[in-house]
Amino acid sequence: MKGRVHVAGYGVITAIGNSVEDTVTSFKNESSGIGRISLFDSIYQDVLPVGEVKLSNDAIAEKFALDPRTTRTSLLGIHAAREAVLNSGINLQQWRCGLISATTVGGMDKTESFFENYLLNPNSGRLNKVVNHECGKTTELLAKYLGIHGFISTINTACSSSVNAIALGSRLIKHNHLDVVVAGGSDALSKFTLNGFNSLMILDKKPCKPFDAGRNGLNLGEGAGFVVIVSERVASHYGINSPCHVNGYANTNDAFHQTASSPEGRGSFSAMTSALKMAGLEPTDVDYINLHGTGTINNDISEGTAIKRLYGDHYPALSSTKAFTGHTLGASGGIEAVFSILAIRDNFVLPNLRFVNAIPELGIIPQTKFESKKKVKHVMSNSFGFGGNCSSIIFSANT
Amino acid sequence: MAVYINGIGTLSAQPPWNKEEVISVAKAYSGDKVSCVEPDYSQYLDVRQLRRMSRIIKMGMAAGIDALKEANLKVLDGIITGTSYGCLEDTGIFLSKMIENKENALNPTPFIQSTHNTIGSQIALMLQCQGYNQTYTQSGFSFENALVDAIMSIAENENQSILTGAIDEITLTSHNILRRFNMFRSVTNSLALFEIKGKGTIQGEGAAYFVLSGVAGADAVELATVNMLFQPTVDALREGIITCVDSTQVTMEDIDLVIVGKSGDTELDVLTDGLTSELFGKSTIARFKHLTGEFPTSSALAMALACRIVQAQRIPDVIVERDRQRSPKNVLIYNPYFGAYHSLIMLKSC
Repeated sequence: MKGRVHVAGYGVITAIGNSVEDTVTSFKNESSGIGRISLFDSIYQDVLPVGEVKLSNDAIAEKFALDPRTTRTSLLGIHAAREAVLNSGINLQQWRCGLISATTVGGMDKTESFFENYLLNPNSGRLNKVVNHECGKTTELLAKYLGIHGFISTINTACSSSVNAIALGSRLIKHNHLDVVVAGGSDALSKFTLNGFNSLMILDKKPCKPFDAGRNGLNLGEGAGFVVIVSERVASHYGINSPCHVNGYANTNDAFHQTASSPEGRGSFSAMTSALKMAGLEPTDVDYINLHGTGTINNDISEGTAIKRLYGDHYPALSSTKAFTGHTLGASGGIEAVFSILAIRDNFVLPNLRFVNAIPELGIIPQTKFESKKKVKHVMSNSFGFGGNCSSIIFSANT
Repeated sequence: MAVYINGIGTLSAQPPWNKEEVISVAKAYSGDKVSCVEPDYSQYLDVRQLRRMSRIIKMGMAAGIDALKEANLKVLDGIITGTSYGCLEDTGIFLSKMIENKENALNPTPFIQSTHNTIGSQIALMLQCQGYNQTYTQSGFSFENALVDAIMSIAENENQSILTGAIDEITLTSHNILRRFNMFRSVTNSLALFEIKGKGTIQGEGAAYFVLSGVAGADAVELATVNMLFQPTVDALREGIITCVDSTQVTMEDIDLVIVGKSGDTELDVLTDGLTSELFGKSTIARFKHLTGEFPTSSALAMALACRIVQAQRIPDVIVERDRQRSPKNVLIYNPYFGAYHSLIMLKSC
């Protein structure tokens, strides 16, 4: 139970970039990825904007010699996890290696198409479209591509899933069950989730405005974000120049309502305080908070209230990056973990696009511009989900 | 550090197992699936709550409540759930409506309840448990992932009680679709599944929750270890079983009972039978899927059955394949799931 868990590699793909460095460029240019739906036909095509990854299934499949019929969640996952592993320079086969991948939609993109035929006749619909429906199949496909034969696990705690994946990976390393873990999450846009969130009336018809007084819901996004985390032994074996380590994490439950957050943000407050306690940090030690900040009325007031309870009026630089990427659901924790790591690596804080007016009850003004800082040492990232699942994770610089 | 099982709640295709005689009567079915014997849920929840809940949520709630009751516990520190398929009924309803209504006028309730973590979070909501809440969904490892997490949690703080379990349901749609993959076969008597050779197994479902703690309660059973092997070679599997048993400080000869998750698919069972007879010549061998059917989290039911056997110190005839007349103190559950997933769970009497 000793030693640090180091971040050795990271990879990301979202609407604002197909790689880590593309993503940094988009942040610097403050260039959002929200736009029109092109992946599938929907009556909401010109109504509900989304954050699509700018690569087709065929393009990803061709790049890595994969079957183009593979589910989009798997293709996006492979894209980001591969970047993370290459970035780490670690030979996975040499170590006790695990893969923990989070997803909420799994193979739903293909299942939707299967169901159109199935509903007409239970004996129709191509079976190869449902064979990878289960969330765990995404992880199997990733494991196969990466050549990981040890521990595999899939987590689905809705939109907090991939923070929990990174936390589990860290614990498996601390308990000396594994040396190296590839952890994160992947979720593709699907008609199922688009219609689901639309039926809840929490999708903004315009590009979303997290933490703004005039916010009117979220935009869905898609993507994947993975980290390669390693034990001290592995880090020193390779002489890895790791930007940071996993310093604290917590998983709590709001236990208030299946979809709504408690007004006082009790789940998010306790996730943040527990993660800080584990890291041995005071709230004021945190240099930047990557908010869950979906842009819904309910999330932002609840999360903001928890921040106010924790900080009063002296909160650190904070922002939601969902105005860039959309809400990538089960992948968001992995994607935003990579953003948090980049903030430490390059000493910057990320802007909360489209913010104009503070939420009157809170008065919280997020970071509005991309800004280089002298030193970003500790970053906290929040991810909350349906079912009251609340998770926070803290990355801390190694120097 | 030891981990104890202090309370159990299950729903399976069988009448509840108990601490006294384990299986009072084994229920036989015909066809290619066996469904749960469900209780009157109004014993557990009020009618208003029940109306909103899908079947799998009710199943999970009932199993969770029974486990807590047996452990004589009101306050929990965490809830960890494994489910491979998740809330299929609500997923199917929302998907069908979305297609039929061409994306118009959709009721959000089935969407809200379609995510895998609904079961664990509904239990948290009912018990007002604001602690750790986690859901694993890795096919034949979903339950085992949950156990590994619980064991680490208790190692981090042994004074915790964590509700840990697994659940999967059969729906009309899932049965219709999985059937087309030739996974199942029809039998006239499910209890005779292993006597009649053939391709495919019978589909099953079930729910099992356990109260796990670092502090032993009355009639506790020790959870000694959990191991998983994904797509191993036969050699790796053999070595994995030996290493697993070795890690619990007992020898292969010390294993009194091996509960094997053979499925009734004759071809798949050849490897399982070969390995168990090679490795466990002195142990009593038993199987359980003729009682529960096959599903990704069936090992949770096997663990519940094994606990009852250890508590009662009695192995019911209906599960015995080869009797070595041993009193069941060290019990190994070896569960293969469709060739790819192989798990090992070791229990010890306290």
